[in-house]
Amino acid sequence: MRRSSDTMRLLVPVLSLAALLAGVFYLQPRAMSYTGLNLLFNLAVPIALATVAQMLIMAVNDLDLSMGTFVSFVACVTATFLNDTPLLGIAILAASIAVYAILGVVIYLRNLPAIVVTLGMSFVWGGLAVLILPSPGGEAPAWARAIMTVKPPFAPVAIFASVLIAVVAHMIVMRSSLGVLIRALGGNAKTVERSGTSILKIRALAYGLAGLFAVLAGVALVGLATSADANIALRYTLLSIAGVILGGGEFIGGRVSPIGAVIGALTLTLAGSFLSFLHISPDWQIGAQGAILIVVLALRLLLNRLESRGATR
Amino acid sequence: MPLAPGALLEVQDVVMHFGEVTALDGVSLSIRPGECIGLVGHNGAGKSTIVSVINGGLAPSQGRILADGQPLASYGITRARALGLRSVFQELALCPNLTIVENARIAHPELKGWRWRAEARRIIAASLDQIFPGHGIDPGAQVGTLSIAERQMVEIAMAFSNSASAPRIVILDEPTSSLDAGLAAMLLAHVRRFIAAGGAILLISHILDEILSTASRIVVMKDGKVVAERPAAEFTPASLVEAMGSSTRELQGRRQAESKGAPVLTLDLPNGQGFHAGKGEIVGLAGLGGHGQTEMLLALFDAHASSWWPARGPEVAFVAGDRRSNGIFELWSILKNTTIASLDDLTRRGLLHRPVEAARGAEWKSRIAIRTPDLDNPILSLSGGNQQKVLFARALSTRSPVVLMDDPMRGVDIGTKQEVYRIIRAEAEAGRTFVWYSTEMEEMGLCDRVYVFRDGAIVAELKGEAITEKAILAASFKGEGAAA
Repeated sequence: MRRSSDTMRLLVPVLSLAALLAGVFYLQPRAMSYTGLNLLFNLAVPIALATVAQMLIMAVNDLDLSMGTFVSFVACVTATFLNDTPLLGIAILAASIAVYAILGVVIYLRNLPAIVVTLGMSFVWGGLAVLILPSPGGEAPAWARAIMTVKPPFAPVAIFASVLIAVVAHMIVMRSSLGVLIRALGGNAKTVERSGTSILKIRALAYGLAGLFAVLAGVALVGLATSADANIALRYTLLSIAGVILGGGEFIGGRVSPIGAVIGALTLTLAGSFLSFLHISPDWQIGAQGAILIVVLALRLLLNRLESRGATR
Repeated sequence: MPLAPGALLEVQDVVMHFGEVTALDGVSLSIRPGECIGLVGHNGAGKSTIVSVINGGLAPSQGRILADGQPLASYGITRARALGLRSVFQELALCPNLTIVENARIAHPELKGWRWRAEARRIIAASLDQIFPGHGIDPGAQVGTLSIAERQMVEIAMAFSNSASAPRIVILDEPTSSLDAGLAAMLLAHVRRFIAAGGAILLISHILDEILSTASRIVVMKDGKVVAERPAAEFTPASLVEAMGSSTRELQGRRQAESKGAPVLTLDLPNGQGFHAGKGEIVGLAGLGGHGQTEMLLALFDAHASSWWPARGPEVAFVAGDRRSNGIFELWSILKNTTIASLDDLTRRGLLHRPVEAARGAEWKSRIAIRTPDLDNPILSLSGGNQQKVLFARALSTRSPVVLMDDPMRGVDIGTKQEVYRIIRAEAEAGRTFVWYSTEMEEMGLCDRVYVFRDGAIVAELKGEAITEKAILAASFKGEGAAA
């Protein structure tokens, strides 16, 4: 029973990724190569990491609207402090993860809407990013550059990285007992409270983990882009939310799928390339990307309805 | 000093206030090993509150809690768990997005390490097998995919499951409400096995036969007090119902009005008899809370009001009970809260006519005595009772011939209640129909006719003189002879 319902949820992201990939290969057979795949997918790695971060926040029924500015902030720190004075850079990034954990606690303690708090924080992160890098620049640390441009055998690094992210996120969120508690908080917080488990601790850990994944996203992004800019990742806020939903997650109820989220991030990245190959003018691309999203989500809705019909039968 | 030697857990003289309401008024209860305590009482008797105090969810305003004869300085959910206390709640208390195994992890924080899944699966499967042999539930299944009965079975099995610390006291709050007779019998058999092995059970149920056949001792609560506590053998269904009611208090203020003419409101219910109400009639919906009364009010509303576009002069108006969540608009003024339901009458050419609106507000302020210097004050500046009056004014100021009321007097002071009763009676004289769900017994005495609900269906219809506390109690609780 459970297998079938979870598999159904993964079906949509997998099928849409496959369909887009087929479309891209049909339009541009040369993309079916090592270099081609790497070019198609390497920008998906930071998006996948940011999507997993967003997914952790959504697992506890919150929404992070500061994801894009936070990743931009991390990118600026990475291209400056982490490159010039690594110790200070690490300290700043660790402190920003701690801020995430504190946010998770404050939102719960003060009973604040997460959307409002994170929207406010987005200005804080954005402002800090501009302070650090008023104009595009900085330099990626050599190790980050090396990791992101390594050329492993068989498949490009973007594929390996995506699989690794999916597996690690799956182990944390779906298999570990911490992951169970995080999802339980989204499903029925009262039950967690009644079991005597500290909600504060779980929320702090969920937000802290989200911060950690977002930091990794920023570092990976700089590793690819070689330099940073205060607005480098603004799109990530909406991309990460769309990725989670595309991957079978829900806004509330603690229903998330890490593997689906990574596939969702890959699908969204691929959608952009697909439209370029179709020679759709950049003016129309954003609209077309939205149309793809609507089609996929409509499919999800349809499958959900089938599923619930099956449950009531 | 412990009152009962050898008690596993004991509460003494517990007093619990919620604002001005006293939910518990000096309750003492001791739970001894090897006994099943049956806890019965009508709505508002304090059953749920005492259960919350015992399981550590609520800290009592006054009173002591003793475990194994020793007074406890601090008590809470964690302490209660450590004492071996487990609860099965009336509402679903599992996470629907998790599997049964994962839910077991939530219920048992002791499950740790790499192998916790296998351990959790073993524990929950063993418990299910023991209580409900042949249950056919896969512990790997997601709770959201289970039927209601299966969820309840899992919850019960979860409470009895044994990880690092064994359960010693299990609180079962209406555990059989979703189980069929066969499964209920399995559960009650397990309860007897559990107490024979030295455990203790606190059983709450509206099915009196269950209580009488399973409990060794029965505690009857009323108005936040324990009014009777005797071995189960000394009770019969009839005497139990009698103990729940009060012999001294008669239901006051009966109206003598027979409804004339055809019913203005009818509804066919899937089970039991149908519902109808005549013009100028006050129809009460009684029974224990959560047995289908609110659902019927909502069904009535849906059947007679458009949920898509508000009709001009809707047929029914609704007074919500839970005013904070679905009654008032917290950020609006008193006036706006009052007139929102009758804006059609207050508009001229599609625009709100402010003088007319203000006049309407002032009229109802004086008619229903809303205590405020200025109707433009925010609604939250009013006391709870006056907020409720605003909700009444909102419904009564419409032209709707029917007003549906969903337990609107919860947490309202007695003075306000009397004023509202007076207005309801006056409006009924003038030809309005009221359908009134209330958990308060006295309010049923104000009705012309009362339907008693049990398990989602109407099980009794009482008229005029037949509306007595005893008759309502007897119909609310299921048990042979209880209805006699």
